[in-house]
Amino acid sequence: MTDAIRIAGFALVIGALTLAIDSGVWLTFIMMALYAALLALSWNMLGGFGGQFSFGHAAFFGSGAYVQAIAQLSVGWNAWLALAAALAVAAGVGAFIGALTFRYGLKGSYFALVTLAFAEVMRILAVSVGFTGGGVGLMLAPSESFANMQFASRKGYIGLVLALVVAALLVTAWLRHSRFGAQLQAVRDNEDAARAIGVGAWSVKVGAITLSAAFMGAGGAFYVQVFQYIDPALVFGPASSVEALVAAIVGGMGTLWGPVLGAAVLHLLAELTRNLFGQLPGLNMIVYGCVLVLIVMFVPNGLSGVGRSVRDGWRARRG
Amino acid sequence: MLEIGILFPSVLNGLTTGAVYALVALGLTLIYGVLHIINFAHGAALMVALYAVYLLKTQFGIDPYLALVIVVPGMFVFGYALQRGIINRAGHGKDENILLVTLGIAIVLENLALLVFKSDTRSIETGYTLSTVAIGPAIIALPKLLAFGGALAASALLLLILTRTDLGRAIRAVAKEKHGAKLMGIDVEHVYAMCFGIGLACVGAAACFLLPAYYVNPQVGAGFVAVAFTIVVLGGMGSFVGALVGGLLIGVVESLSGLFLGESLGQIGIFAVFIAVLLFRPQGLFGARL
Repeated sequence: MTDAIRIAGFALVIGALTLAIDSGVWLTFIMMALYAALLALSWNMLGGFGGQFSFGHAAFFGSGAYVQAIAQLSVGWNAWLALAAALAVAAGVGAFIGALTFRYGLKGSYFALVTLAFAEVMRILAVSVGFTGGGVGLMLAPSESFANMQFASRKGYIGLVLALVVAALLVTAWLRHSRFGAQLQAVRDNEDAARAIGVGAWSVKVGAITLSAAFMGAGGAFYVQVFQYIDPALVFGPASSVEALVAAIVGGMGTLWGPVLGAAVLHLLAELTRNLFGQLPGLNMIVYGCVLVLIVMFVPNGLSGVGRSVRDGWRARRG
Repeated sequence: MLEIGILFPSVLNGLTTGAVYALVALGLTLIYGVLHIINFAHGAALMVALYAVYLLKTQFGIDPYLALVIVVPGMFVFGYALQRGIINRAGHGKDENILLVTLGIAIVLENLALLVFKSDTRSIETGYTLSTVAIGPAIIALPKLLAFGGALAASALLLLILTRTDLGRAIRAVAKEKHGAKLMGIDVEHVYAMCFGIGLACVGAAACFLLPAYYVNPQVGAGFVAVAFTIVVLGGMGSFVGALVGGLLIGVVESLSGLFLGESLGQIGIFAVFIAVLLFRPQGLFGARL
C-alpha cells in the first residue's frame, strides 16, 4: 500500500512540476528522463526481478516502434489503437523469444547473447522486408491532435509518458508483493531450489519477459510519437538495450525506485556533459563513459543502495 | 545451377575473412573462458588497434605487417593495464558491474576516436593493396590471403602458449578452478590481467592483418564484436579450437549467405546459425573445455 501512495505522490510531484515549468529545456529534460525511466523499469522487471540479463531489449523496443508507425501509416489506425497493438505485439515478441530461449534452459551469458542476436536479426529483417520501409525508415505525418497522440507542447507528451511510467511502477510494486513476483525472485535467487518447492520456473520467466517486453514496446511507441521518424538502426540497434540496462543497473536492480533514479541521474549527466563539452563531437560521451565507470567503481550496489545505507546509518545514529 | 566456379571463390573468400574473425574471437573466448566476463570493449579495442596501424603507416611509413611487432605488444600492455587498473578495481567481482565497466570503456574509446579522428572512414594505400593471386578458378586479393595465413599462424602460436608454457598451464588452471589455483601459489590477478592482455594482443594482430584490405572508423569494432560473439558461442565458450573452427565456418556462412540472399541479408545467415546453435547445442561445437 505504501508503494501505491509513493507512486501517486511521485506522479503528483512530476505532474505539478510539469504544469509549473515553462522552460522548454526543462520540459524536454523531464520528458526524456521519464522516457529513460520507462525503459529502465521495463528492463528491471526481467533483469532485476528475474535475474535474466537481456542485451536485446531493442527487439521489443523496435517491435513496439514499428507497430506504432505501421498501424497508423499503412493500416490507418488511430494512434491510441496503434499503441495498444504496439504493446500487444511487443509482448508477443517477448513471449516468443522467452518461450524459446527458456525452453532450452538458456541463462546467464548465453541468454544475454541470444537476446542480442534476436535484436540483430530483427534489425536486418527490418532493413530487408518491404512493409517497414527498409533502410530508409518510416516517417509519421505531423498533425497535432489528441487522436493522433501528437501534442503542441511537451506537456502533452509528459502526461503520456508519465502515465506509462506510473503503470510500470505499479507493475513493479506488484512484482515486489505478489505471489508471481515472489516466485520470480525465487527463480532469480536459486532456480533449482525454486523448482524443488514447486515453482514453474519456465512459465514464471516467460511471464516476466512478456511484461517487460510490453513496457519496452510502449517505450518504442512513445519514441515514434515524439520523434516521428524511425529506421532499423535507430530502434533495433543496441542503443535502447544499453540505455535500459545501464540505467537499471546504475540505479539498483530489483528495486522499485532504482531504475527511475538511475535514469534521472544518467540523463542529467548526459545533459550536463552535452552542455559543457558539446562543442567537440565525442567529448561529452567520453566524460559520460568515465563517470559511468566511476559510478560502478564507487557505488557497486546501485544508487538506490546508497540512499538506503545513508538512511540506515542515520537511523542507527538516532536510535 | 550454381557451379563450382561461383561457389569456390566465395568459400575461399569466406575462409580468408573467417581467419581474421577467428583471431578476434580467440581473444574474446580467452577472456570469457578465464575471467568469465563478456568483454564489451573488445570491438573498441580492435578499433584502437586499427587506428594504431593506420597512424604507424601514415605518420611513420611503417608497413602494416611490420607494425605487428609494435601493435601486438602495445595492445598486450594496454589490455594488461586495463584489466589490472580499471576493470578489476571497478568490477567488484560482480558480473553486471564488469559488464557496465567494459561498456563504459568502449564508450570512452569510441568517442576518443571520434574526437581525434572525426567520423571519417579511413584506409591505407600499400603497394600490394590491389595485388591478386589466382588459386584455381578463384582470384583472391593478396592482403586477404596474407591475413588468412597470418591469422592461422597467430592462432597456432596462441595455442602453443596455452598448452606448452607455464603461463598457459597457469591460465588453464585458473580457468578451471580459481581458488585451487590460488592455493597452488598462482597469482590469479596477474593471470587475469595476462589473459586480458593476450586477448587484446590477438586483436592487435588481427588489426595488422585486416587494415591493408579494410578500413577504419570509430564504429568499425561494433560489427566485428557481434560476429565474434557468435563465433565464441558457436565454438563453445572458452574453447580455443572452437573459436578457430567457428571463425572459419562463420566466414564461409557469411560469404555464402551473401551470395544466395544478397548483400543486405548476408549477415542474417550468421545470426540464424547463432540462434540455432544457442538453442540446440548451447555448449557449442567443441563444448566448454579449455
